[in-house]
Amino acid sequence: MAQAIKLNPKKKLGKKASERLWFWLFLAPALGAFAIMVWVPFFMGVYFSMTDWTGLNTGRQILIGFENYRTIFTDYRFIYSFSRTVIYSVLNILVINGVAFGLSLLVTQKFKLKNVYRAAFFIPNLIGGLVLGFIWQFIFNNIIAGQVGLQLLERSPLSSSPNDAMFALIAVVTWQYAGYIMMIYIAALQNIPEDLIEASKIDGANAVQRMRAIVLPLVAQAFTVALFLTLVTSFKQFDTVQSLTNSGPATDLPLYIRNLLNITTIPTVSGTSLMAVDIYREAFTRFNMGVGQAKAIVFFAVLLLISITQVYVNKKREVEL
Amino acid sequence: MMDAKWLHKLKTFKWQPKKWMKDFGHSVKTFKLRPIHIIEVFVFLLMLLFLYPFYIVTINAAKPIAEIVRTPTSLPESFGMLWTNIQTILQASQIRYLQSFFNSVIITSFSLVLIGVTSGMAAWVLVRTKTKISTAIFLLFVSGLVIPFQVVMLPLVRFLELITMWTGIGIRDTHHGVILAYIGFGAPLSVFLLHGFIKSIPLEIEEAAIIDGCNKPQLFFRIVLPILKPIFVTLLVLNGMWIWNDYLLPILIIGVGGSTQTLPLAVASLAGAYVRQWDLILTSVLMAAFPVVVLFLFAQKHIIKGMTSGAIK
Repeated sequence: MAQAIKLNPKKKLGKKASERLWFWLFLAPALGAFAIMVWVPFFMGVYFSMTDWTGLNTGRQILIGFENYRTIFTDYRFIYSFSRTVIYSVLNILVINGVAFGLSLLVTQKFKLKNVYRAAFFIPNLIGGLVLGFIWQFIFNNIIAGQVGLQLLERSPLSSSPNDAMFALIAVVTWQYAGYIMMIYIAALQNIPEDLIEASKIDGANAVQRMRAIVLPLVAQAFTVALFLTLVTSFKQFDTVQSLTNSGPATDLPLYIRNLLNITTIPTVSGTSLMAVDIYREAFTRFNMGVGQAKAIVFFAVLLLISITQVYVNKKREVEL
Repeated sequence: MMDAKWLHKLKTFKWQPKKWMKDFGHSVKTFKLRPIHIIEVFVFLLMLLFLYPFYIVTINAAKPIAEIVRTPTSLPESFGMLWTNIQTILQASQIRYLQSFFNSVIITSFSLVLIGVTSGMAAWVLVRTKTKISTAIFLLFVSGLVIPFQVVMLPLVRFLELITMWTGIGIRDTHHGVILAYIGFGAPLSVFLLHGFIKSIPLEIEEAAIIDGCNKPQLFFRIVLPILKPIFVTLLVLNGMWIWNDYLLPILIIGVGGSTQTLPLAVASLAGAYVRQWDLILTSVLMAAFPVVVLFLFAQKHIIKGMTSGAIK
């Protein structure tokens, strides 16, 4: 057979060419859609971030170099939403992972209704961020606060102060996301060999020692994944903000940003306008497409840098543990 | 599956109250309160707290607005009002609820099937062709994993408009356009997961099929595709939940009020049109959440497995 091919070089070439043809034919649909939706717009975006692009479909843009980038680094809205996003993400990552890990420890106990609990904690994750934002807007405004309902608070956290609104957002996102992260921790906890735990019990290790010496090192990989997922979701938070707080409540620009940028007036900013929301608004309510795109690129660079650092640090710790 | 276990219990069910009483008495006598019981009670209460929002939505979807404002935490006077509220939403012309529901079904199902097939085709040739180009293309797909939608969304809309201008083919606010978008944005994760899976399939199966005279498409669709079933479950769950609940991509590519608007867009425009009309908003929320929760309760095991194995790989 091999000899026959060697004797007939024409046929061999034909086979190679057809292999190559099939390679590209099989690749074409996915690669084509991917290029149209991601890569072409990505490079267009790099270009547009350096133009005075204003309307989605207006004809011409003029190249203005790094002007948009200079604008955003002196834009109090951007600095404010950047700082809010960082604070929000840090708190959100801590709360979600704390709750999720706690839940996973609880539901891996020998309970009769173990699977029911797991399913129940997971269910909020099925609902889209936009829809559940409305659910919680109702709960905060009409049930937790107000003259009727549970009356736990005097004023709704969604409108009382930017920090309260952010805590409310964290509570909602934790309610939504903790069940999913919990599942990841459960999968990791179940991978711990039973006899390892038994052996440590025989050796007289208490629960805390067991946690530090056995459980934490063995779920380190799950921590890397869970931290990465919560980091990325926190940074990209958009739809829940839209429906829960609509990026409000309005507040005075904090003093430290005014000092930082040498602003003498006191402008108003939106308390929960996280970066993803700010980019959207820059483009679609203020129609500064070029500036919005520059913000998006900075957003991308920051997210990339932080997530690479996080995975790197976690991976290193995984080995050390 | 849970169903099989319950079905068995149902089939072997016998009416024997005396034995039950005895068993119950026995377990009461031998019951000892242990710490684990107290923890379980705590977890049970925690579960009720987690489910409380669903309870609130359900009871209030069955009330007229005046009753919601007056007594938001008590049970409705009659659950018949739920049907009235559902009727109002189905008939509201600016929401087009049924149409949006079917748009969501069409877009999600076609996207899922096409993402599976196209990413499967791509991943397969990328694994089986060992050249520098195939490695480079694989890395190109993987790099898509770190690009957030926000970075490409503005130029994307512009680019899609340009394509329509050049070719005359409509993309924005069409089913095929949105499905194409999901194929493109779904490709990175899907190709990545499929690539890892296909690498573990022994080559011998395919070699045997080649000797039997299979050509490339036959080889893929008849031999390889069926083997990919387990990883397709993962992809179906991950991509399905993303596409069904997605808001940002549809709002840009379809636009609020577009003829192909999906359920999240319909809920958003309803909430925009009926500000503080909680009877309608909560009913629409319930109608949007209900199908997904029911689907979850039926396919729980697969969904949880799909979501966690996707994350760990």
